[in-house]
Amino acid sequence: MANSNNNRRKFMATTLQSVGLTALGGLLWSGYSDEVKASPLVLRPPGALPEDDFLKACIKCGLCAEACVNRNSNKNKDGSKRAGTLQMAKGGDHKLIGTPFFIPTEVPCFMCDDIPCVPVCPSGALDMPSLLNKEQELDINKARMGLAVVHKESCIAFWGIQCDACYRACPIQGEAITIEHQKNERTGKHAFMLPIVHSDVCTGCGLCELACVTEKPAIFVLPIEHSTGRAGDHYVKGWDEKDQQRVKNAKEIHTKDERSEKEATDYLNMGVEY
Amino acid sequence: MKNIKYLLLRRVTQFTILFLYFGANAYGWHMLEGTFGASRLFGFLPLADPYTVVQVLASGFVLGADVLLGALIITTFYMVVGGRAFCSWVCPINMVTDLANWLRRKLKLDKEEVNYRFLKRRTRYWIMVLGILVSAVVGVAAFEVLSPITIMQRGIVFGFGAGVSVVIAIFLFDLFGVRNGWCGHLCPLGAAYSLIGSKSLIRVEHNHENCTACMECKVVCPENQVLYMINKESISVTDGECTNCGRCVDVCNDDALKFSIRSFAQKAK
Repeated sequence: MANSNNNRRKFMATTLQSVGLTALGGLLWSGYSDEVKASPLVLRPPGALPEDDFLKACIKCGLCAEACVNRNSNKNKDGSKRAGTLQMAKGGDHKLIGTPFFIPTEVPCFMCDDIPCVPVCPSGALDMPSLLNKEQELDINKARMGLAVVHKESCIAFWGIQCDACYRACPIQGEAITIEHQKNERTGKHAFMLPIVHSDVCTGCGLCELACVTEKPAIFVLPIEHSTGRAGDHYVKGWDEKDQQRVKNAKEIHTKDERSEKEATDYLNMGVEY
Repeated sequence: MKNIKYLLLRRVTQFTILFLYFGANAYGWHMLEGTFGASRLFGFLPLADPYTVVQVLASGFVLGADVLLGALIITTFYMVVGGRAFCSWVCPINMVTDLANWLRRKLKLDKEEVNYRFLKRRTRYWIMVLGILVSAVVGVAAFEVLSPITIMQRGIVFGFGAGVSVVIAIFLFDLFGVRNGWCGHLCPLGAAYSLIGSKSLIRVEHNHENCTACMECKVVCPENQVLYMINKESISVTDGECTNCGRCVDVCNDDALKFSIRSFAQKAK
Protein backbone atom coordinates (compact mmCIF):
# COMPACT_ATOMS: atom_id res chain seq x y z
CA MET A 1 0.00 0.00 0.00
CA ALA A 2 2.77 2.40 0.90
CA ASN A 3 4.51 1.49 -2.32
CA SER A 4 1.49 2.26 -4.48
CA ASN A 5 1.11 5.59 -2.70
CA ASN A 6 4.72 6.39 -3.47
CA ASN A 7 4.23 5.49 -7.10
CA ARG A 8 1.17 7.67 -7.31
CA ARG A 9 3.01 10.59 -5.76
CA LYS A 10 5.89 10.13 -8.18
CA PHE A 11 3.50 9.96 -11.12
CA MET A 12 1.74 13.13 -10.01
CA ALA A 13 5.04 14.94 -9.52
CA THR A 14 6.42 13.99 -12.95
CA THR A 15 3.14 14.86 -14.65
CA LEU A 16 3.07 18.22 -12.91
CA GLN A 17 6.69 18.83 -13.86
CA SER A 18 6.07 17.97 -17.52
CA VAL A 19 3.01 20.19 -17.70
CA GLY A 20 4.82 23.02 -15.93
CA LEU A 21 7.88 22.86 -18.16
CA THR A 22 5.67 22.67 -21.25
CA ALA A 23 3.79 25.78 -20.11
CA LEU A 24 7.09 27.57 -19.49
CA GLY A 25 8.38 26.59 -22.91
CA GLY A 26 5.12 27.64 -24.51
CA LEU A 27 5.22 31.08 -22.91
CA LEU A 28 8.84 31.73 -23.91
CA TRP A 29 8.25 30.43 -27.41
CA SER A 30 5.08 32.48 -27.89
CA GLY A 31 6.77 35.61 -26.63
CA TYR A 32 9.73 35.11 -28.93
CA SER A 33 7.59 34.33 -31.99
CA ASP A 34 5.39 37.33 -31.39
CA GLU A 35 8.40 39.66 -31.11
CA VAL A 36 10.21 38.40 -34.20
CA LYS A 37 7.18 38.83 -36.43
CA ALA A 38 6.94 42.51 -35.53
CA SER A 39 8.93 44.10 -38.35
CA PRO A 40 6.59 46.72 -39.74
CA LEU A 41 8.81 48.64 -42.17
CA VAL A 42 9.40 45.83 -44.62
CA LEU A 43 8.57 45.80 -48.34
CA ARG A 44 7.17 42.52 -49.64
CA PRO A 45 7.06 41.10 -53.21
CA PRO A 46 4.19 42.01 -55.58
CA GLY A 47 0.82 40.54 -54.70
CA ALA A 48 1.77 39.86 -51.08
CA LEU A 49 -1.17 39.48 -48.73
CA PRO A 50 -1.56 42.09 -45.95
CA GLU A 51 1.42 41.67 -43.60
CA ASP A 52 -0.39 39.72 -40.87
CA ASP A 53 -1.77 37.16 -43.32
CA PHE A 54 1.46 37.11 -45.26
CA LEU A 55 3.42 36.08 -42.16
CA LYS A 56 1.01 33.21 -41.58
CA ALA A 57 0.97 32.07 -45.17
CA CYS A 58 4.61 32.39 -46.24
CA ILE A 59 6.19 28.94 -46.05
CA LYS A 60 9.70 30.41 -46.46
CA CYS A 61 10.59 28.30 -49.48
CA GLY A 62 12.37 31.06 -51.40
CA LEU A 63 10.92 30.12 -54.79
CA CYS A 64 10.00 33.80 -55.40
CA ALA A 65 13.56 34.97 -54.70
CA GLU A 66 14.98 32.23 -56.94
CA ALA A 67 12.61 33.18 -59.76
CA CYS A 68 13.55 36.84 -59.30
CA VAL A 69 17.31 36.43 -59.43
CA ASN A 70 17.24 33.88 -62.27
CA ARG A 71 14.85 35.70 -64.62
CA ASN A 72 16.19 36.25 -68.13
CA SER A 73 16.06 40.02 -67.87
CA ASN A 74 18.32 40.03 -64.81
CA LYS A 75 21.63 40.22 -66.67
CA ASN A 76 24.32 42.81 -67.12
CA LYS A 77 25.29 43.84 -70.64
CA ASP A 78 28.15 41.33 -70.59
CA GLY A 79 25.70 38.52 -69.78
CA SER A 80 26.71 38.09 -66.14
CA LYS A 81 23.98 37.68 -63.53
CA ARG A 82 22.94 40.56 -61.31
CA ALA A 83 21.74 40.46 -57.73
CA GLY A 84 18.03 39.86 -57.49
CA THR A 85 15.49 42.26 -56.01
CA LEU A 86 14.11 39.82 -53.48
CA GLN A 87 16.23 38.80 -50.51
CA MET A 88 15.43 36.07 -48.03
CA ALA A 89 15.54 37.41 -44.46
CA LYS A 90 18.55 36.01 -42.58
CA GLY A 91 19.46 36.18 -38.94
CA GLY A 92 20.49 39.77 -38.27
CA ASP A 93 18.20 41.28 -40.91
CA HIS A 94 15.63 41.91 -38.15
CA LYS A 95 12.80 40.69 -40.29
CA LEU A 96 10.91 37.44 -39.81
CA ILE A 97 13.55 34.89 -40.76
CA GLY A 98 13.14 33.20 -44.13
CA THR A 99 10.59 35.64 -45.56
CA PRO A 100 11.23 37.54 -48.83
CA PHE A 101 11.63 41.32 -48.89
CA PHE A 102 13.41 44.04 -50.84
CA ILE A 103 15.30 47.23 -50.12
CA PRO A 104 14.86 49.81 -52.93
CA THR A 105 18.23 51.51 -52.38
CA GLU A 106 19.96 48.15 -52.84
CA VAL A 107 17.90 46.63 -55.66
CA PRO A 108 14.43 48.03 -56.41
CA CYS A 109 11.64 46.05 -58.10
CA PHE A 110 11.92 46.40 -61.88
CA MET A 111 8.26 45.48 -62.38
CA CYS A 112 8.70 42.63 -64.90
CA ASP A 113 5.71 42.22 -67.23
CA ASP A 114 5.52 38.47 -66.57
CA ILE A 115 6.00 38.86 -62.78
CA PRO A 116 8.12 35.69 -62.40
CA CYS A 117 8.07 35.81 -58.59
CA VAL A 118 4.31 35.44 -58.11
CA PRO A 119 3.04 32.37 -60.02
CA VAL A 120 5.72 30.17 -58.39
CA CYS A 121 4.42 30.87 -54.87
CA PRO A 122 2.99 27.53 -53.72
CA SER A 123 1.34 28.69 -50.50
CA GLY A 124 -0.78 31.61 -51.66
CA ALA A 125 1.21 34.20 -49.66
CA LEU A 126 1.71 36.00 -52.98
CA ASP A 127 -1.83 36.30 -54.23
CA MET A 128 -1.88 35.97 -58.02
CA PRO A 129 -5.60 36.86 -58.50
CA SER A 130 -4.90 40.29 -56.98
CA LEU A 131 -2.59 41.04 -59.92
CA LEU A 132 -4.96 40.01 -62.72
CA ASN A 133 -6.55 42.70 -64.86
CA LYS A 134 -9.95 42.56 -66.57
CA GLU A 135 -8.55 40.35 -69.35
CA GLN A 136 -7.29 37.91 -66.68
CA GLU A 137 -3.68 38.71 -67.56
CA LEU A 138 -0.93 39.39 -65.05
CA ASP A 139 -0.60 43.15 -64.69
CA ILE A 140 2.29 44.42 -62.58
CA ASN A 141 0.70 47.87 -62.42
CA LYS A 142 -1.82 46.39 -60.01
CA ALA A 143 0.92 45.60 -57.48
CA ARG A 144 0.90 47.62 -54.24
CA MET A 145 4.23 46.76 -52.61
CA GLY A 146 4.30 50.12 -50.89
CA LEU A 147 3.75 53.79 -51.55
CA ALA A 148 6.41 56.43 -52.22
CA VAL A 149 6.30 59.54 -50.06
CA VAL A 150 8.22 62.81 -50.51
CA HIS A 151 9.85 64.62 -47.63
CA LYS A 152 9.52 68.14 -48.95
CA GLU A 153 12.06 69.76 -46.63
CA SER A 154 14.89 67.63 -48.05
CA CYS A 155 13.61 67.41 -51.63
CA ILE A 156 15.63 69.99 -53.57
CA ALA A 157 12.78 70.51 -56.05
CA PHE A 158 10.88 72.08 -53.15
CA TRP A 159 13.83 74.43 -52.67
CA GLY A 160 13.36 75.69 -56.21
CA ILE A 161 16.20 73.70 -57.76
CA GLN A 162 15.29 71.92 -60.98
CA CYS A 163 15.40 68.18 -60.38
CA ASP A 164 13.07 65.55 -61.76
CA ALA A 165 15.17 62.40 -61.17
CA CYS A 166 12.31 60.52 -59.49
CA TYR A 167 9.83 61.53 -62.17
CA ARG A 168 12.16 60.23 -64.90
CA ALA A 169 12.95 57.00 -63.05
CA CYS A 170 9.31 56.12 -62.48
CA PRO A 171 8.21 53.11 -64.61
CA ILE A 172 4.66 54.50 -64.79
CA GLN A 173 5.95 57.85 -65.92
CA GLY A 174 3.64 60.81 -65.71
CA GLU A 175 1.04 58.86 -63.77
CA ALA A 176 2.49 57.63 -60.50
CA ILE A 177 4.58 60.78 -60.11
CA THR A 178 3.52 64.04 -61.78
CA ILE A 179 5.33 67.37 -61.80
CA GLU A 180 3.26 70.24 -60.50
CA HIS A 181 4.24 73.80 -61.40
CA GLN A 182 4.01 76.50 -58.76
CA LYS A 183 5.24 80.06 -58.63
CA ASN A 184 8.46 80.61 -56.68
CA GLU A 185 7.57 83.65 -54.58
CA ARG A 186 11.13 83.89 -53.22
CA THR A 187 12.65 84.82 -56.59
CA GLY A 188 9.41 86.07 -58.09
CA LYS A 189 10.33 84.86 -61.57
CA HIS A 190 10.95 81.13 -61.38
CA ALA A 191 8.71 78.07 -61.10
CA PHE A 192 8.81 75.24 -58.63
CA MET A 193 8.53 71.86 -60.35
CA LEU A 194 7.25 69.69 -57.55
CA PRO A 195 7.07 65.87 -57.67
CA ILE A 196 3.66 64.64 -56.51
CA VAL A 197 3.06 60.92 -55.90
CA HIS A 198 -0.37 59.49 -56.72
CA SER A 199 -1.30 56.65 -54.42
CA ASP A 200 -3.86 55.18 -56.82
CA VAL A 201 -1.10 54.46 -59.36
CA CYS A 202 2.17 54.05 -57.41
CA THR A 203 3.18 50.38 -57.02
CA GLY A 204 5.97 51.00 -54.50
CA CYS A 205 8.68 49.59 -56.78
CA GLY A 206 11.29 51.95 -55.34
CA LEU A 207 13.01 53.07 -58.56
CA CYS A 208 12.39 56.69 -57.52
CA GLU A 209 14.06 56.10 -54.16
CA LEU A 210 17.11 54.61 -55.88
CA ALA A 211 17.24 57.50 -58.38
CA CYS A 212 16.89 60.31 -55.82
CA VAL A 213 19.99 62.51 -55.84
CA THR A 214 19.97 63.68 -52.23
CA GLU A 215 22.35 62.17 -49.68
CA LYS A 216 19.54 60.26 -48.01
CA PRO A 217 16.64 59.89 -50.45
CA ALA A 218 13.96 62.56 -50.06
CA ILE A 219 11.48 60.25 -51.78
CA PHE A 220 11.17 56.78 -50.31
CA VAL A 221 8.83 53.82 -50.26
CA LEU A 222 7.01 52.76 -47.12
CA PRO A 223 4.55 49.91 -46.71
CA ILE A 224 1.13 51.33 -47.59
CA GLU A 225 -0.26 51.03 -44.07
CA HIS A 226 2.61 53.24 -42.88
CA SER A 227 2.50 55.86 -45.60
CA THR A 228 -1.25 56.45 -45.63
CA GLY A 229 -3.73 57.92 -43.20
CA ARG A 230 -7.46 57.30 -42.89
CA ALA A 231 -10.12 60.00 -42.63
CA GLY A 232 -12.77 57.71 -41.23
CA ASP A 233 -16.26 56.77 -42.36
CA HIS A 234 -17.97 59.74 -40.71
CA TYR A 235 -16.58 62.15 -43.30
CA VAL A 236 -18.73 62.23 -46.41
CA LYS A 237 -17.67 64.18 -49.47
CA GLY A 238 -20.67 66.35 -50.27
CA TRP A 239 -19.30 67.12 -53.74
CA ASP A 240 -18.79 63.51 -54.68
CA GLU A 241 -21.91 61.79 -55.99
CA LYS A 242 -20.53 58.33 -55.34
CA ASP A 243 -19.57 59.17 -51.78
CA GLN A 244 -23.01 60.68 -51.26
CA GLN A 245 -24.55 57.28 -51.92
CA ARG A 246 -23.20 56.13 -48.55
CA VAL A 247 -25.61 58.44 -46.72
CA LYS A 248 -28.53 58.02 -49.11
CA ASN A 249 -30.66 56.29 -46.52
CA ALA A 250 -29.47 58.27 -43.52
CA LYS A 251 -32.18 59.83 -41.37
CA GLU A 252 -31.87 63.05 -39.48
CA ILE A 253 -31.10 62.41 -35.82
CA HIS A 254 -32.27 64.78 -33.11
CA THR A 255 -30.39 64.37 -29.86
CA LYS A 256 -32.23 65.57 -26.82
CA ASP A 257 -30.26 66.12 -23.65
CA GLU A 258 -29.68 68.90 -21.14
CA ARG A 259 -27.45 70.78 -23.52
CA SER A 260 -29.94 70.78 -26.39
CA GLU A 261 -32.69 72.41 -24.28
CA LYS A 262 -30.96 75.74 -24.64
CA GLU A 263 -29.97 77.58 -27.78
CA ALA A 264 -26.56 76.73 -29.18
CA THR A 265 -25.48 80.36 -28.83
CA ASP A 266 -26.28 80.26 -25.15
CA TYR A 267 -23.67 77.79 -24.17
CA LEU A 268 -21.12 79.10 -26.66
CA ASN A 269 -21.38 82.46 -24.90
CA MET A 270 -21.62 81.13 -21.37
CA GLY A 271 -18.87 78.61 -21.30
CA VAL A 272 -19.69 75.02 -20.72
CA GLU A 273 -22.03 74.40 -17.83
CA TYR A 274 -23.91 71.14 -17.72
CA MET B 1 35.68 0.44 -46.77
CA LYS B 2 32.96 -1.85 -45.57
CA ASN B 3 32.34 -0.03 -42.35
CA ILE B 4 31.61 3.37 -43.88
CA LYS B 5 29.43 2.29 -46.81
CA TYR B 6 26.14 3.75 -45.57
CA LEU B 7 27.87 6.71 -43.99
CA LEU B 8 29.40 7.57 -47.34
CA LEU B 9 26.12 7.03 -49.16
CA ARG B 10 24.34 9.33 -46.73
CA ARG B 11 26.90 12.09 -47.09
CA VAL B 12 26.73 11.86 -50.87
CA THR B 13 22.92 12.05 -50.73
CA GLN B 14 22.95 15.00 -48.33
CA PHE B 15 25.50 16.95 -50.35
CA THR B 16 23.80 16.20 -53.66
CA ILE B 17 20.44 17.41 -52.38
CA LEU B 18 21.93 20.57 -50.88
CA PHE B 19 23.91 21.22 -54.05
CA LEU B 20 20.76 20.94 -56.18
CA TYR B 21 18.96 23.41 -53.89
CA PHE B 22 22.00 25.70 -54.04
CA GLY B 23 22.13 25.48 -57.85
CA ALA B 24 18.45 26.40 -58.14
CA ASN B 25 19.25 29.82 -56.73
CA ALA B 26 22.80 30.31 -57.95
CA TYR B 27 22.51 28.88 -61.48
CA GLY B 28 18.76 28.75 -62.10
CA TRP B 29 18.57 24.94 -62.21
CA HIS B 30 15.12 23.40 -62.17
CA MET B 31 16.05 20.09 -60.54
CA LEU B 32 15.15 20.82 -56.94
CA GLU B 33 14.03 24.37 -56.12
CA GLY B 34 12.91 26.05 -52.93
CA THR B 35 13.69 24.85 -49.42
CA PHE B 36 12.44 22.04 -47.19
CA GLY B 37 9.34 24.06 -46.28
CA ALA B 38 8.14 23.76 -49.86
CA SER B 39 10.05 22.66 -52.97
CA ARG B 40 9.57 21.84 -56.60
CA LEU B 41 11.13 18.70 -58.05
CA PHE B 42 12.08 18.72 -61.77
CA GLY B 43 10.26 22.03 -62.16
CA PHE B 44 6.75 20.71 -61.62
CA LEU B 45 6.30 18.20 -58.79
CA PRO B 46 5.40 19.99 -55.53
CA LEU B 47 6.98 18.80 -52.27
CA ALA B 48 6.28 20.21 -48.83
CA ASP B 49 7.20 19.50 -45.26
CA PRO B 50 4.20 18.03 -43.41
CA TYR B 51 5.06 19.53 -40.01
CA THR B 52 5.49 23.01 -41.52
CA VAL B 53 2.17 22.63 -43.31
CA VAL B 54 0.41 21.63 -40.08
CA GLN B 55 1.87 24.69 -38.33
CA VAL B 56 0.70 27.05 -41.10
CA LEU B 57 -2.78 25.51 -41.03
CA ALA B 58 -2.81 25.89 -37.23
CA SER B 59 -1.90 29.58 -37.58
CA GLY B 60 -5.20 29.99 -39.41
CA PHE B 61 -4.22 30.21 -43.07
CA VAL B 62 -5.69 27.88 -45.69
CA LEU B 63 -2.72 26.94 -47.86
CA GLY B 64 -2.68 26.56 -51.62
CA ALA B 65 -3.38 23.14 -53.17
CA ASP B 66 0.24 22.86 -54.36
CA VAL B 67 1.59 22.81 -50.84
CA LEU B 68 -1.05 20.40 -49.58
CA LEU B 69 -0.34 18.00 -52.42
CA GLY B 70 3.40 18.39 -51.73
CA ALA B 71 2.95 17.51 -48.08
CA LEU B 72 0.90 14.47 -49.06
CA ILE B 73 3.64 13.28 -51.43
CA ILE B 74 6.37 13.67 -48.78
CA THR B 75 4.26 12.01 -46.09
CA THR B 76 3.52 9.02 -48.32
CA PHE B 77 7.17 8.75 -49.35
CA TYR B 78 8.48 8.59 -45.79
CA MET B 79 5.63 6.35 -44.63
CA VAL B 80 6.98 3.78 -47.06
CA VAL B 81 10.72 4.42 -47.12
CA GLY B 82 11.30 5.00 -43.43
CA GLY B 83 10.14 8.02 -41.52
CA ARG B 84 13.34 9.38 -40.16
CA ALA B 85 15.34 8.71 -43.31
CA PHE B 86 14.83 12.47 -43.71
CA CYS B 87 16.84 13.05 -40.54
CA SER B 88 19.87 10.99 -41.51
CA TRP B 89 19.83 11.13 -45.31
CA VAL B 90 18.60 14.69 -46.07
CA CYS B 91 18.73 17.06 -43.09
CA PRO B 92 21.90 19.23 -43.07
CA ILE B 93 21.84 19.56 -39.28
CA ASN B 94 22.55 15.83 -39.18
CA MET B 95 26.08 16.54 -40.39
CA VAL B 96 26.57 19.04 -37.56
CA THR B 97 25.25 16.75 -34.84
CA ASP B 98 27.08 13.71 -36.24
CA LEU B 99 30.31 15.70 -36.06
CA ALA B 100 29.57 16.75 -32.48
CA ASN B 101 28.76 13.16 -31.61
CA TRP B 102 31.95 11.84 -33.19
CA LEU B 103 34.04 14.43 -31.33
CA ARG B 104 32.24 13.51 -28.14
CA ARG B 105 33.33 9.91 -28.56
CA LYS B 106 36.91 10.90 -29.45
CA LEU B 107 37.15 13.23 -26.45
CA LYS B 108 35.51 10.60 -24.26
CA LEU B 109 33.06 13.17 -22.95
CA ASP B 110 30.34 10.61 -22.33
CA LYS B 111 32.18 9.14 -19.39
CA GLU B 112 31.60 12.43 -17.59
CA GLU B 113 28.07 12.97 -18.77
CA VAL B 114 25.84 14.78 -16.37
CA ASN B 115 22.48 13.17 -15.96
CA TYR B 116 20.05 15.65 -17.46
CA ARG B 117 17.00 14.25 -15.81
CA PHE B 118 14.58 16.78 -17.21
CA LEU B 119 15.63 16.15 -20.81
CA LYS B 120 13.97 12.96 -21.93
CA ARG B 121 13.79 11.57 -25.41
CA ARG B 122 10.06 12.08 -25.42
CA THR B 123 10.55 15.84 -24.89
CA ARG B 124 10.54 16.27 -28.69
CA TYR B 125 6.94 15.05 -28.90
CA TRP B 126 5.89 17.67 -26.35
CA ILE B 127 7.75 20.30 -28.37
CA MET B 128 6.06 19.08 -31.56
CA VAL B 129 2.60 19.53 -30.04
CA LEU B 130 3.62 22.80 -28.42
CA GLY B 131 4.81 24.12 -31.79
CA ILE B 132 1.35 23.61 -33.23
CA LEU B 133 -0.31 25.28 -30.23
CA VAL B 134 2.05 28.27 -30.31
CA SER B 135 1.43 28.62 -34.08
CA ALA B 136 -2.29 28.82 -33.38
CA VAL B 137 -1.90 31.36 -30.57
CA VAL B 138 0.65 33.69 -32.19
CA GLY B 139 -0.51 33.35 -35.79
CA VAL B 140 2.82 32.41 -37.34
CA ALA B 141 4.40 28.99 -38.00
CA ALA B 142 6.23 28.82 -34.68
CA PHE B 143 9.00 26.28 -35.30
CA GLU B 144 9.86 27.95 -38.60
CA VAL B 145 10.94 31.17 -36.86
CA LEU B 146 13.77 29.33 -35.11
CA SER B 147 14.26 26.02 -36.94
CA PRO B 148 18.01 25.44 -37.27
CA ILE B 149 17.24 23.02 -40.11
CA THR B 150 15.80 25.55 -42.53
CA ILE B 151 18.07 28.30 -41.21
CA MET B 152 21.06 26.15 -42.17
CA GLN B 153 19.55 25.17 -45.50
CA ARG B 154 18.64 28.74 -46.41
CA GLY B 155 22.08 29.72 -45.21
CA ILE B 156 23.62 27.39 -47.78
CA VAL B 157 21.28 28.51 -50.58
CA PHE B 158 20.88 32.25 -49.90
CA GLY B 159 23.68 33.13 -47.43
CA PHE B 160 23.91 32.65 -43.69
CA GLY B 161 24.07 36.07 -42.00
CA ALA B 162 23.86 35.78 -38.25
CA GLY B 163 21.88 32.53 -38.71
CA VAL B 164 25.15 30.63 -38.49
CA SER B 165 25.10 31.19 -34.73
CA VAL B 166 22.09 28.87 -34.43
CA VAL B 167 24.04 26.10 -36.14
CA ILE B 168 27.05 26.68 -33.86
CA ALA B 169 24.74 26.63 -30.84
CA ILE B 170 23.37 23.21 -31.85
CA PHE B 171 26.93 21.92 -32.31
CA LEU B 172 28.01 23.13 -28.88
CA PHE B 173 24.87 21.80 -27.23
CA ASP B 174 25.40 18.34 -28.70
CA LEU B 175 29.13 18.35 -27.98
CA PHE B 176 29.26 19.72 -24.44
CA GLY B 177 25.64 19.47 -23.41
CA VAL B 178 23.45 16.46 -23.94
CA ARG B 179 24.53 13.52 -26.11
CA ASN B 180 22.31 13.58 -29.22
CA GLY B 181 20.67 16.53 -27.53
CA TRP B 182 19.10 18.21 -30.54
CA CYS B 183 18.15 15.34 -32.87
CA GLY B 184 17.43 12.83 -30.14
CA HIS B 185 15.62 14.94 -27.57
CA LEU B 186 14.40 18.30 -28.89
CA CYS B 187 13.79 18.41 -32.63
CA PRO B 188 10.01 18.44 -33.27
CA LEU B 189 10.53 17.73 -36.97
CA GLY B 190 12.30 14.48 -36.11
CA ALA B 191 9.42 13.69 -33.76
CA ALA B 192 6.93 14.23 -36.58
CA TYR B 193 8.90 11.97 -38.90
CA SER B 194 9.14 9.33 -36.13
CA LEU B 195 5.36 9.20 -36.13
CA ILE B 196 5.00 9.31 -39.91
CA GLY B 197 7.44 6.47 -40.44
CA SER B 198 6.50 4.27 -37.52
CA LYS B 199 5.09 1.65 -39.91
CA SER B 200 7.58 2.07 -42.75
CA LEU B 201 8.85 -0.83 -44.83
CA ILE B 202 12.64 -0.49 -44.91
CA ARG B 203 14.10 -1.63 -41.60
CA VAL B 204 17.31 -2.80 -40.01
CA GLU B 205 17.08 -6.49 -39.19
CA HIS B 206 19.02 -8.16 -36.39
CA ASN B 207 20.32 -11.71 -36.55
CA HIS B 208 20.84 -12.79 -32.99
CA GLU B 209 22.74 -16.00 -33.98
CA ASN B 210 25.59 -14.02 -35.58
CA CYS B 211 25.84 -11.41 -32.83
CA THR B 212 28.97 -11.49 -30.63
CA ALA B 213 27.67 -8.82 -28.25
CA CYS B 214 30.50 -6.36 -29.02
CA MET B 215 27.94 -3.54 -28.67
CA GLU B 216 29.66 -1.41 -31.33
CA CYS B 217 26.21 -0.75 -32.81
CA LYS B 218 24.88 0.69 -29.59
CA VAL B 219 27.90 2.99 -29.31
CA VAL B 220 27.41 4.60 -32.72
CA CYS B 221 23.62 4.59 -32.75
CA PRO B 222 22.15 8.06 -32.16
CA GLU B 223 18.89 6.52 -30.92
CA ASN B 224 20.25 3.40 -29.24
CA GLN B 225 17.08 2.73 -27.28
CA VAL B 226 15.71 1.25 -30.53
CA LEU B 227 18.39 -1.47 -30.46
CA TYR B 228 17.03 -3.17 -27.36
CA MET B 229 16.97 -6.56 -29.17
CA ILE B 230 20.72 -6.76 -29.77
CA ASN B 231 22.07 -10.15 -28.75
CA LYS B 232 18.61 -11.09 -27.50
CA GLU B 233 16.16 -11.66 -30.35
CA SER B 234 16.34 -12.02 -34.14
CA ILE B 235 13.82 -9.33 -35.09
CA SER B 236 13.69 -6.06 -37.04
CA VAL B 237 14.16 -2.63 -35.53
CA THR B 238 10.57 -1.44 -35.71
CA ASP B 239 10.73 1.68 -33.56
CA GLY B 240 9.83 4.87 -35.45
CA GLU B 241 12.71 6.70 -33.78
CA CYS B 242 15.28 4.70 -35.79
CA THR B 243 16.61 7.06 -38.49
CA ASN B 244 17.64 4.31 -40.91
CA CYS B 245 21.12 5.84 -40.94
CA GLY B 246 22.74 2.45 -41.25
CA ARG B 247 25.68 3.19 -38.94
CA CYS B 248 24.93 0.01 -36.97
CA VAL B 249 25.03 -2.01 -40.19
CA ASP B 250 28.33 -0.34 -41.09
CA VAL B 251 30.10 -1.04 -37.80
CA CYS B 252 28.84 -4.59 -37.33
CA ASN B 253 31.66 -7.02 -38.11
CA ASP B 254 29.59 -10.12 -37.52
CA ASP B 255 26.94 -9.80 -40.20
CA ALA B 256 24.31 -9.54 -37.49
CA LEU B 257 22.64 -6.40 -38.84
CA LYS B 258 21.35 -5.62 -42.33
CA PHE B 259 18.68 -3.60 -44.09
CA SER B 260 15.61 -5.57 -45.11
CA ILE B 261 11.95 -5.16 -45.90
CA ARG B 262 9.96 -5.19 -42.71
CA SER B 263 8.22 -8.45 -42.15
CA PHE B 264 4.76 -7.93 -40.78
CA ALA B 265 4.54 -11.62 -39.97
CA GLN B 266 7.05 -11.15 -37.18
CA LYS B 267 4.76 -8.71 -35.50
CA ALA B 268 1.95 -11.23 -35.37
CA LYS B 269 4.11 -13.67 -33.37
